[in-house]
Amino acid sequence: MSGGLGSAPLPPLAPDDHVLGSGCDQPRIVVYADYECPYCAALEQRLVADEATWVFRHFPVRSKHPRAWAAACAAEAAALQGRFAEMHASLYADQARLEDPHLWARASELGLDVARFDADRRSERVLARVRRDFESGVRAGVVTTPTLFEHGAMRVDVPADT
Amino acid sequence: MSVVAAGTPAPDFTLRREDYRRFTREDLLGKTTVLVFYPFAFSPVCTDQLNLYEEVLERFSEQGATLYGVSCDATWSQKAFKEQLGVTIEQLSDFEPKGATCRAFGVYFEKGGMPTRALVMIGPDGVVQWSWEGEHPGVLPGANLIFDALAARA
Repeated sequence: MSGGLGSAPLPPLAPDDHVLGSGCDQPRIVVYADYECPYCAALEQRLVADEATWVFRHFPVRSKHPRAWAAACAAEAAALQGRFAEMHASLYADQARLEDPHLWARASELGLDVARFDADRRSERVLARVRRDFESGVRAGVVTTPTLFEHGAMRVDVPADT
Repeated sequence: MSVVAAGTPAPDFTLRREDYRRFTREDLLGKTTVLVFYPFAFSPVCTDQLNLYEEVLERFSEQGATLYGVSCDATWSQKAFKEQLGVTIEQLSDFEPKGATCRAFGVYFEKGGMPTRALVMIGPDGVVQWSWEGEHPGVLPGANLIFDALAARA
């Protein structure tokens, strides 16, 4: 049926998925997270420290984190200029500054075309890209952030080693 | 005690709406209702669950489903909880007599004095179409489970 968000398996790695980390092996970890969530930032630090490779997917929930959608769209807009990983790292490095002027400043610091960035982050294309991640998470049973899948199976705890 | 099963007519019950009007079995008729029973307002896990359902509320609405949060908290506590969460899902209170409706639906956890985490979907004819109950309150039912149940309707 159309329109629903019924159960579906975790989507396999897509060409435009964001693979982060050391990049030296096939990612076995998929993380659903948002940029305003402090637990997500903590997990990010852990994955970086462990030199893991992971797929990052957006899971913004606006009533919980009002700027999470805007931040996710900013990361996707940066991706259109080839700088997803840099914007991603910038957002997690300072979660207290996610308002529009902060996003423009981040784009500028990364050397992006800021006017294009600002148009892109508000575009249907970028919104659809974030929504795709969010909906795939809902269908896979994600409720909260961060949610980590390892070899396709949801981990309810954060693994002791990644 | 376990949650009412599919095929069972919804029991008679009375809950209090946010404006203190009564919400009874009659209010279920003519539409698809999902009662979201949760243990306590302001408990961290409940927060995430209602936030997620709020995010996809329009999609539930497109499927013809109306969601309500149900707990044994007093109406005032529920309203404060709802305001803090920033959600619009209407809250129904089972405060007095405490837990009577939760008991009627088979979701009252006596030792804890609270509902278990459970979902009950009731069809326009007042008959339970689907129900779910967590093994423990920490198990959060994804929105996908409700969409599955909506899709499975005859």
